[in-house]
Amino acid sequence: MRFIVTAVVAYLLYLVLTIGSGTLLLWNEAELIIGAIFALVVAALVKNRYLKKSLRMLNPVRWFIWLIYLFLFFFAMAQANVDVAYRVITGRINPGIVKISPRLKNDMSLTLLANSITLTPGTLSVDVEEETNDMYIHWINVKPDVLKEMPRDYHPICNSFPDWARRIAG
Amino acid sequence: MGALNIVTYVFIGVGLFFNAVGSFGLNRFPDVYTRLHAATKCTTFGSMFLILAVIVQSASIWVMEGALSSQSVLSIHAIIALVVLLITNATSAHAIARAAHRSGEKPARAVVDDLEGKDIND
Repeated sequence: MRFIVTAVVAYLLYLVLTIGSGTLLLWNEAELIIGAIFALVVAALVKNRYLKKSLRMLNPVRWFIWLIYLFLFFFAMAQANVDVAYRVITGRINPGIVKISPRLKNDMSLTLLANSITLTPGTLSVDVEEETNDMYIHWINVKPDVLKEMPRDYHPICNSFPDWARRIAG
Repeated sequence: MGALNIVTYVFIGVGLFFNAVGSFGLNRFPDVYTRLHAATKCTTFGSMFLILAVIVQSASIWVMEGALSSQSVLSIHAIIALVVLLITNATSAHAIARAAHRSGEKPARAVVDDLEGKDIND
């Protein structure tokens, strides 16, 4: 099963890269055949690395939630970009490293959350504690309210990204 | 075609603005973490809009010329470049920040540092 999934993904990527090469749909025969051979070779080599144990991410519902999340994420990203641009120009920064507990269980959701946090301007994931999955975030504009309690509230830092990461890959 | 050209110019303008802000912040901010914010985030957004301009322009020519146009390669590859840029930019910023903190770089003017003194081994 892992072999088939890896081969299909590799073949699709090859087809996307060679769009417009011929007249058979959008490809020519040589590309289609060579792509299939390469996909099989690649799948045989990397199937244990590409997919670890579970095939949870094959569920189309998760992809659909991920697409919804993309829109929300780009909106948050645009908002934060304008905010950071303002801070660059005025120089009003208040930086610090805060610890949040997103309570995520597996690596996939943690990766998704860390990448979302880093891509949102103003927050940057610095480190992860392997046992508890707590994350350390460098935040360019620390709000004083957040510092009062020790398990920091993550909503001012990264909206509700942890909840979405749990829904998508949890 | 006129409206699409305007969209392209707007995208290029927004992209250039954020790239300029990013390089400005790189000079202005005090330490490695805040500079990473400016250098990676603003330029991600800026480059994203520049790539979107390329996609809009080439996709419109692709639609006009039909499926076999050579512009298809340009727009598809631009989309792939955008995805790869988003993934690698976040990952490399994360790696640089982690390495900086482990080698003892303190965040300048920090109001709080929860990671201070934590000994994290793997």
